[in-house]
Amino acid sequence: MFADYTWTELGSIFAMQGFAGLILFSVFVLMALGLAIIFGQMGVINMAHGEFMILGAYVTYLCSNFVEAYAPSFFGVYFFFAMILAFVAAGSLGALVEWSLIRHLYKRPLDTLLATWGLSLILQQAYRSIFGAREVGVTLPNWLLGSVPLTDIIEIPINGIFVMVLTFFIAIGVYFILFRSRMGMQTRAVVQNRVMAGAVGINTEKVDRHTFALGCGIAGIAGSAFTMIGSTGPTAGQLYIVDTFLIVVFGGAASLLGTIASSFAISQAQSTMEFFLSGSMAKVLTLLTVVGILMLRPQGLFSLKIRR
Amino acid sequence: MRRLKNLIENRLSRRAVLAGTVSAATLAMAGALTPSFAQDVNTTGLAVTEDTVKVGILHSVTGTMAISETGSVQAEKLAIEQINAMGGVLGRKIEYIQEDGASDWPTFAEKAKKLLVNDKVAAVFGCWTSASRKAVLPVFEQYNGMLYYPTFYEGLEQSPNVIYTGQEATQQIIAGIDWVAREKGAKSFYLLGSDYIWPRTSNKIARKHIEKLGHKVVGEEYYPLGHTQFNSVINKIKLKKPDVIYAIVVGGSNVAFYKQLKAAGIDMTKEKPLLLTISVTEDEIRGIGGENIEGAYAAMKYFQSLDNDNNQAFVKAFKERWGDDIVIGDVTQAAYLGPWLWKAAVEKAGSFDIDKVRLASPGIELTTAPEGYVRIHENHHLWSKTRIGLAKTDGQYEMIYETADLMEPDPFPEGYQ
Repeated sequence: MFADYTWTELGSIFAMQGFAGLILFSVFVLMALGLAIIFGQMGVINMAHGEFMILGAYVTYLCSNFVEAYAPSFFGVYFFFAMILAFVAAGSLGALVEWSLIRHLYKRPLDTLLATWGLSLILQQAYRSIFGAREVGVTLPNWLLGSVPLTDIIEIPINGIFVMVLTFFIAIGVYFILFRSRMGMQTRAVVQNRVMAGAVGINTEKVDRHTFALGCGIAGIAGSAFTMIGSTGPTAGQLYIVDTFLIVVFGGAASLLGTIASSFAISQAQSTMEFFLSGSMAKVLTLLTVVGILMLRPQGLFSLKIRR
Repeated sequence: MRRLKNLIENRLSRRAVLAGTVSAATLAMAGALTPSFAQDVNTTGLAVTEDTVKVGILHSVTGTMAISETGSVQAEKLAIEQINAMGGVLGRKIEYIQEDGASDWPTFAEKAKKLLVNDKVAAVFGCWTSASRKAVLPVFEQYNGMLYYPTFYEGLEQSPNVIYTGQEATQQIIAGIDWVAREKGAKSFYLLGSDYIWPRTSNKIARKHIEKLGHKVVGEEYYPLGHTQFNSVINKIKLKKPDVIYAIVVGGSNVAFYKQLKAAGIDMTKEKPLLLTISVTEDEIRGIGGENIEGAYAAMKYFQSLDNDNNQAFVKAFKERWGDDIVIGDVTQAAYLGPWLWKAAVEKAGSFDIDKVRLASPGIELTTAPEGYVRIHENHHLWSKTRIGLAKTDGQYEMIYETADLMEPDPFPEGYQ
């Protein structure tokens, strides 16, 4: 299939294709980080993760409408405020949900699965009632649209670069929170031994709430960023949830490094195969490979060694 | 897991018992209340009284398809209200019973049966996806109902119990491809679609027609419903340099596709390549954003911006009824035709009986349709014009071409299968 092309064309295509893989990688990491934190640190499977993302998207939509109407001069930079607001909104809702629902179910992991699934249905219907069943369009500042032409053929999408940079900073941020801050130390202590952590004076309930809120807040940021590349509608969260779970489970549930590694593996495999095969076949092969590897290694790519 | 399973089973059986009781009760009631008058226009026991007639509206108002089907429900209600304001059908006011298919095909079949058997409606306006239509088809044929189906679809179907008010594939596709080949000198095409029956069948017809014209298909691709990452296929398109991207992407994927196409530097206003779609109506553009799809062409039978008296009155009435910020797409207009076509057929037949309405249907004309003149073909589809629209930043299409004659519906095109 390459016979018809010159070497420069081929080089450009490989460069663009590599970049497409990297963008997909960033998108996957951004989607999966929040879920991985909650699943890994708390053992709660949050089926409503996609809906928290869409909350972020709707907050961005409201911001864009508000700024367009009342402060058009800010329009170029509103997106950053929208992301912060999305984090706050999704995080607050997360804290509320943890307080009212999740904390009663810590000893019943299967029930959290059902409860959060119910929550996702409630949120979907709430979005539908508030914003309408139709998808809404988020107006983006012009500098986020379009692409940077490097050569005649290679063009790098600006929103792709934006997502990559954002993911990088969020990953660094999560690393610092979990491994370099007092809150992170407490969180890890609770994961390793909840009773002992409580005995030395860590408020385990507070730690749980903060962890859950953090995971949901990151989902909110992800949703806000995805308004650039995807749709904003009541059920759009469902489009992401399968991939997100796949990544977290494949990476090893308790390991953030595993999440990043599995995002990388799946994104590269998928984008390469999509180029050589058709879209549906690429998906089928990716899923088959993941299933195969998980049969050989049920704990995922990386697993945390802790005493149970 | 065991507990989960038990729980679900318990729920299910309880619900089944409940449903059984309820339907038995309604059946008994319906039997007791069956009217014994209005015999002359209704020999088959439909829900027709001296001054009312019942019809059904069957769309998804919950679930994933609610996004698309809302417009159809609004259009059908508007048509029914307008007909009632004009005095109804054969002097009877139309009352509608609305059921929710909930984006779930078995539910559609169940509700269709409820409407036909329990409510004895004289006609049903409904369904949107081909899957839901295929699910209700056996029900309509078994209980002899009449369905008015509004969506443009892949064809390969012709039921005595369905009137198809949207275009079937050949009407939409052939005119569109002829136009880009003739007016834009297009020679190579890249076919792209979501992975299910409508895009696949449509692309099959498109490919046959492109090859018949002596042009080339340089790629054909399908992506799962809900796919949100199109960067790889966009790279492939850049590599193949087709004259036309022929896109039949649907649902949420649409939004992702057009946003990423724009971000990847494919400027559709430059028409290199140009993009022709048959799946994006004004409804979808609201989610995509006009600035992301500016310059794309769509081949359909109706655009909200059509400049004729019928359409201006329709758009005005629609906005008065459902709000100023609403947009009207191709399917919404086709749904609006349903009640009017039914009214015309009933009045021609002088009866609500399904068999008589069916016999009266072919040849029914509508001169007041927003899209212009339409006529029902022997094969239960509509003769209609196909139009090409150019997408603008405000989310509307500007019509730049329409076929001179009505396109004949041909649900079983020879040599295209």
